Amino acid sequence: MNRNHASRDGVRLADHPFVKDLPAALVASMSRIAVERSFETGELLLREGEPAREFLLIVDGKVALEVATPERPRLTIQTVGPGEVLGWSWLTFPYHWRLDARALKPTHAFSVDSDRLRTFLNEDPANGFQFLLHLLPVIAQRLENTQFQLLDVHGS
Amino acid sequence: MPYVVRGQTRETPDTVTLVLSPGPGAEPHPFAPGQFNMVYVFGLGEVAISISGDAEQPDRLVHTVRAAGKVTHALTEMTSGSTVGVRGPYGAGWPLSKVRGKDVVIVAGGLGLPPLRPAVYEMLRQRDAYGRIEIIYGSRSPRDLVYYEEIQGWRALPGLRFQTTVDTAGRDWYGDVGLVTARLPDARFDPPNTAAFLCGPEIMMKLTAQALTARGVPEDSIFLSLERNMKCAVGICGHCQFGPEFVCRDGPVFPYSEIRRFLAVREV
Repeated sequence: MNRNHASRDGVRLADHPFVKDLPAALVASMSRIAVERSFETGELLLREGEPAREFLLIVDGKVALEVATPERPRLTIQTVGPGEVLGWSWLTFPYHWRLDARALKPTHAFSVDSDRLRTFLNEDPANGFQFLLHLLPVIAQRLENTQFQLLDVHGS
Repeated sequence: MPYVVRGQTRETPDTVTLVLSPGPGAEPHPFAPGQFNMVYVFGLGEVAISISGDAEQPDRLVHTVRAAGKVTHALTEMTSGSTVGVRGPYGAGWPLSKVRGKDVVIVAGGLGLPPLRPAVYEMLRQRDAYGRIEIIYGSRSPRDLVYYEEIQGWRALPGLRFQTTVDTAGRDWYGDVGLVTARLPDARFDPPNTAAFLCGPEIMMKLTAQALTARGVPEDSIFLSLERNMKCAVGICGHCQFGPEFVCRDGPVFPYSEIRRFLAVREV
């Protein structure tokens, strides 16, 4: 379900933890191009290989990031919940999702049009840099998670 | 001292919880939460295993063992009536008396939960003496989680939150997947008045301690249980030396403030 305004049950995109401390002008721009989306349990939010056209900011619910390989069942490599964000494939060419994301329970999110957001960030490098500084810890945590999985620290 | 296996519960495909009682001529030996025993399988050898039962029931000695070598493999195959040798308890346990009146954050990774379970029992027994209890338990996968039924009971208790997360999972898992540190933001506690008990892989404890101090928990209120190759258990042989400390004698529980600098050293 999509709704064309970035405020859900009184929760505004500007209240989302990810955009806190982002420049106000950038948050205002993001709010203008954001819609709210709802996903049922089991519904795919993102599908690997498809064009990455949105940046999702999770308001409530829980989402599993899944990888699929031909010879084994789908594997959840991370879950994302309220206050977290989903997807940065829209920032890097060729702008296709690299994972599936599936709702583990009813999930609500703000969806920001990523083509337009990328244009904003390109046109205003200062804002673009601030945005990347906010996104970098998310990417770093994903990498750290991957390190743990590679090290198999709990299994050794 | 001879101890007799009275019961065994298979927690996961490679992990078993054994219940032991004193054998002929042996006396129950009181222990403190966080201490360990040296458990001897006759003809095979001896291993250090933390005590995972209730300190109020010293005649019912509980050890949770993962099959990792020949001795531990033999322990996981023990049947009721089998006899093992036990010496101990050894080491310094969790400083429960020091953390009374505080919120307590417990973070366990893998088989780090069994050494913490006696501390949880103690805190639940004296519930009013402690503030909020936040437990975060990380494991390799859902099938590697231990004490599943008991954890469901803990989840229902007021003033205690139990979060579980795993490294990877299949589609039948609806819980969290990711690092234990990713669950810390959901934990509610008053940082200056919080103590933390950590047990698990050293890298996990290091990252967790860093995250807790970043949130304002004092370094001397964070306690880590270290695991080293313990042989003599009485601070003589040196196998478990960690910097200037012997893990068997001076630990296994140490304040983060005392060992932080050694956690950054490649070869200790």
